[in-house]
Amino acid sequence: MLGGAVVVSFAMAPRAFAQGQNKAAGSTTPAAAPVGDLKAFPYLDSWLGIDATGRVTVFSGKAELGQGIMTALMQCAAEQLAVEPATITMVMASTARTVNEGYTAGSDSMNASGNAILQAAAQLRAVLVGWAAADLSTDPSRLTVADGVVTAPGGRRRSYGDLVQGRSLHMKADGAADLIPPPQYKIMGRDYPRLDIPPKLTGAPVFVQDMRPEGMVHARVVRPPNYGATLTSLDLSGVAALPGVLKVVHQGDYLAVAAEGEYQAIIAMRALQQAARWQVSKTLPDRTDIYASLKAMPATSQVIAHRGSGGTQPGSRVLQAAYRRPYVMHGAIGPSCAVALFEAGHTTVWTHSQGVYPLRAAIADMLSVPEDAVDCIQVQGSGCYGHNGADDAAADAALIAQSLPGRPVRVQWMREDEHGWEPYGSPMVAEVQASLGRDGMIDGWNYELWSMTFMTRPAKSANNLMPAWYIPARFGPPEGAEIPLPSGGGDRNAVPSYTLANEQVTYHYVKPMPLRVSALRSLGGYFNVFAIESFMDELAKAAHADPVAFRLKHLTDPRAKAVVELAAQKFGWDAAQRLPSGHGRGFAYVRYETIKAYCALAVEVSVDAATGQIRLRRAVAAVDSGNAVNPTGIKTQIQGCIVQAASWTLYESVDYSETEITSRDWSSYPILRFDAVPESVEVHVINRPASPSSAPERRAWGRRPRRSPMRWRMPQGCACATCRSRPQR
Amino acid sequence: MITLHVNGQDHAVEGDPATPLLYVLRNDLRLNGAKFGCGLGQCGACTVVVDDEPIFSCQVPISVLAGRRVTTLEGLGTEKEPGPLQKAFIAAQAAQCGYCIPGMIMRAHALLKRNATPSDDDIRRWMQPNLCRCGTHPRILDAIRTAAGRVS
Repeated sequence: MLGGAVVVSFAMAPRAFAQGQNKAAGSTTPAAAPVGDLKAFPYLDSWLGIDATGRVTVFSGKAELGQGIMTALMQCAAEQLAVEPATITMVMASTARTVNEGYTAGSDSMNASGNAILQAAAQLRAVLVGWAAADLSTDPSRLTVADGVVTAPGGRRRSYGDLVQGRSLHMKADGAADLIPPPQYKIMGRDYPRLDIPPKLTGAPVFVQDMRPEGMVHARVVRPPNYGATLTSLDLSGVAALPGVLKVVHQGDYLAVAAEGEYQAIIAMRALQQAARWQVSKTLPDRTDIYASLKAMPATSQVIAHRGSGGTQPGSRVLQAAYRRPYVMHGAIGPSCAVALFEAGHTTVWTHSQGVYPLRAAIADMLSVPEDAVDCIQVQGSGCYGHNGADDAAADAALIAQSLPGRPVRVQWMREDEHGWEPYGSPMVAEVQASLGRDGMIDGWNYELWSMTFMTRPAKSANNLMPAWYIPARFGPPEGAEIPLPSGGGDRNAVPSYTLANEQVTYHYVKPMPLRVSALRSLGGYFNVFAIESFMDELAKAAHADPVAFRLKHLTDPRAKAVVELAAQKFGWDAAQRLPSGHGRGFAYVRYETIKAYCALAVEVSVDAATGQIRLRRAVAAVDSGNAVNPTGIKTQIQGCIVQAASWTLYESVDYSETEITSRDWSSYPILRFDAVPESVEVHVINRPASPSSAPERRAWGRRPRRSPMRWRMPQGCACATCRSRPQR
Repeated sequence: MITLHVNGQDHAVEGDPATPLLYVLRNDLRLNGAKFGCGLGQCGACTVVVDDEPIFSCQVPISVLAGRRVTTLEGLGTEKEPGPLQKAFIAAQAAQCGYCIPGMIMRAHALLKRNATPSDDDIRRWMQPNLCRCGTHPRILDAIRTAAGRVS
């Protein structure tokens, strides 16, 4: 099992850290160049500000999503600028205030934004020291810096607040600044507590759901019964007369209602649902054979990896298996929400989107206005794990706000909206054959993968905003986009993380999207690692080899071996051979996106003999994501990934009929609850402060069940959603 | 008009007596702790404590709450002076997105009021109604264990 995550660590700025090493060795330094998103946005004042009191503002185009990025970025700035964390104000993802860093996704925030802030802060510190040297008529080398104050021998000093008076920070990054090196870290590399946790745990208005600007009204949307339904009749008389109702929005097949009070809006929404009649067509694929229909859909096929002679070897022992997973949803606990204000021709949207700039462009397209007539400001929401309803709710708020100028409009989706209308993670099928040579090594590997896109996020066009499908302009549903390797979409981590002499990987990119799909945590990574690692266990068994030893034999990278060995050791892999009856163990390894973090996982599971229900009892992970800016942040993310992936693997499957999504609440789409939480989830971080690496994670375990939601065997005649979704073994 | 007793204070509330407590807490009293999660009593994001019982505030109309003691997250402490459970959750860094955590804290609060030394099984069974999607459960369990015995 596995799930991707944004992890709080990043690739080192190669030049920056190499510089210290090279100086020590007395060699020449490589040419200086800005790193991360400092390349695209090279002015220091795009990232950092200092006011006359010495308060520092850090601007990042990445969004805090509960992954702790705000705290980790603060740590970078505080360390390199030599200021107290408490003097820093963080400004995140806003088209009005930060640069365009695209989506907060792909576990890339520390790489892109972290490296930029790191280098910008280091350069700014050098600039401030230079100014202090001028003011104090001394040489910069004689000055020391601490807590935002530059001090000369003898005690003469200038604070950052003094130094910025009458001076501009609008200067270009040169990439030449000396970074504070890891051995001298005071704030980075430490378990600095998350800045956003105390306010969230004491009731501060942290979430977009908590916004309550003066004059705000509450809105709810009435969706069609399915994607393709059309409105045939509508009687608005009753709805408009309900208490508190301010506006019924009816544009094409788009319906919404705004009221003074939130509960009034909900009552009116229910009435509006009753008042609308729809023509509903059968548009969803046959639920009974989702995998056969997936493989039968039009697809573009491409060999994405070929090594040696590819495929299985003649004369060797051949094994094969097929793995499957159904549609899986993001399932945010808080339904999507946004607040929008249309005033003086300008629309401002407060949103928990992962990409404020792409969203702005899409909303501007939907409203047929220039982009500068729209601003999108990210405010935290409930954890999203990819492209969920956030952007669509922002579009809803923007649309409804056009009818209520001057009044902030808050839209929150109902639970059935979130379950039924978010874009899901694609169903996937993998068929794999491998051959084992006489030496017990894999000598051939052939992997074929079927998946839809994982990328229908808003970019430029309103097509990617679901509400825009129903307004009179009728923006059509979007085309999916492919994401090139090594990052990949459905094919993320489809190429094994092992060193194999002969391998071939074929990706069948399935074009149709009968159910809405887009980015879900780790994209194809979860499933590909599930399939590959399950099959590695099957191969190890066939080779009469220990699964850990078998994996190590197929790894050459020392960092890969280190995480595998550490996870096995901390788990007590050898001792775990003697588990109680009904218990089993599993192991998995992956390097995320084949170039990012290394992760290995050992788990103990048990099977309930009566029900076939599998339970994850214990998990031990080892992760190496390079320079760990906040080790606890990494551990929390990996723990969360393990538990969420257990939920996907053991419980989850979107159910639907020929006409509609039927997984519309937590009873028809169950997820893991406390009774199934593992007794322990340990994460061991290998911190490599000077290693070029990077961010994210996901993990897998695998045993013989080859599809999710996974059970050892299905009870006979069971009619629950999980069992009905699995008509064949 | 209904008088609600919330976090030790009386509040006169106008409006439809069928209104679920959640919307009155959030919009009339401007208390952010209780969150809308499902409106169905399936996820626990809206959990508050009435008298000593945890309830789904999305399900309970204000009409039945006159004269009863409602405790929300805000009644347990402040950012400057967090209560024992809030302190334990902060110390355990028991939040990722944090949306479900106020409901988790309130349900745990009701548990520790009646059983100051719950076993691990007691805690899991008691917390079963509340959902977390980020997978923060292990840290939530740690925080409750830590707080157990420290809450009077």
